[in-house]
Amino acid sequence: MLKKFFPNKILSFSNRLYNFLNILMLIFIFVGLIYALFLSPPDLTQGDSVRIMYVHVPASFISLGCFAFMGIASVCALIFKIKILPLMAKSLAPVGSVFALVSIVTGSLWGKPTWGTWWVWDARLTSMLILFIFYIAYISVWKFVDDYEKANRVSSIIAIVGSLNLPVIKYSVDWWNTLHQTSSITLASAPTIHYTMLIPLIIMLIGTILYTLIVFLMRYKTEIMKFKLDKKNKEN
Amino acid sequence: MATIVVLFVVLKSLEENVVYFFSPTELYNKEDIPFDKKIRVGGLVKDGSVINNQMSINFIVTDLNNEIIVSYKGSLPNLFSEGKGVVAEGKLKDEKYFIADKILAKHDENYMPPEVSKILNKTEEQ
Repeated sequence: MLKKFFPNKILSFSNRLYNFLNILMLIFIFVGLIYALFLSPPDLTQGDSVRIMYVHVPASFISLGCFAFMGIASVCALIFKIKILPLMAKSLAPVGSVFALVSIVTGSLWGKPTWGTWWVWDARLTSMLILFIFYIAYISVWKFVDDYEKANRVSSIIAIVGSLNLPVIKYSVDWWNTLHQTSSITLASAPTIHYTMLIPLIIMLIGTILYTLIVFLMRYKTEIMKFKLDKKNKEN
Repeated sequence: MATIVVLFVVLKSLEENVVYFFSPTELYNKEDIPFDKKIRVGGLVKDGSVINNQMSINFIVTDLNNEIIVSYKGSLPNLFSEGKGVVAEGKLKDEKYFIADKILAKHDENYMPPEVSKILNKTEEQ
């Protein structure tokens, strides 16, 4: 399976696979949204504003997950000099950054009716904003540094340093007093979300992961083609 | 390496600010209680402590060990209620009295439909 991600194989990824993933993603998002917006109950204290959670949580999850992958890929790329890893990281950055922004914006929209404020500088919100800035820095380096090797090196360092922020985001709500509540879903104990709200959340999460995978695959394919084209141009 | 040093220095200088609010206990244990600085106090609104008169709203913020009286003029967020989390921004008048100019509601990590809560309350009563 992993071999499929290597340059020669990714280009032969068939349209049928994309179509299959697309249909699967649309089914999950459609069912998830219907469940989240209409069938799931309002929350006892928050009322209907809790429905923002079904977009906010998957978006946050993806934005952290993408950057974690970019960090790990960058470390491995620097150590083992695997050529495809930087291209993978580069392909994940745009979709990850968009979800970081979605997380911040939906969080803000959720904060106003529940907390009574759009934004506070508590540890969770601030560290999340820092993640978004790291995404922008990472993407900017690829965009504005012309020399491939240099762009690769600098962007890798940004991805690695930015990854140190990820545990800070995750555990900020436990380490410090924050306005943001602590995690409802943890590995250590049972979720504190009632199952009628947990099921649509998981469906939305799977749908969002599928969407991210599709965008990643399309972008990665493009990056490989661009990389090969550049190489060819240099040789000529 | 340089970036790690910079990051460390930044985090260190932010340490004081990274705590969004103090609990009443943290505030009493503080050696230099800030009276002239704007600070935030957070905890639970004590059951039965909210007194709403024409001029202002008074209530007690508790962390179940210590408590502090908060006085506030203005509109409250929708989720403000007794027994729920709250963060008050303002200044200390004295050790036990806090004058807030902003109130934020803090909700917890529990999500449940209203019907489930009713059933839970019923079984608790039995």
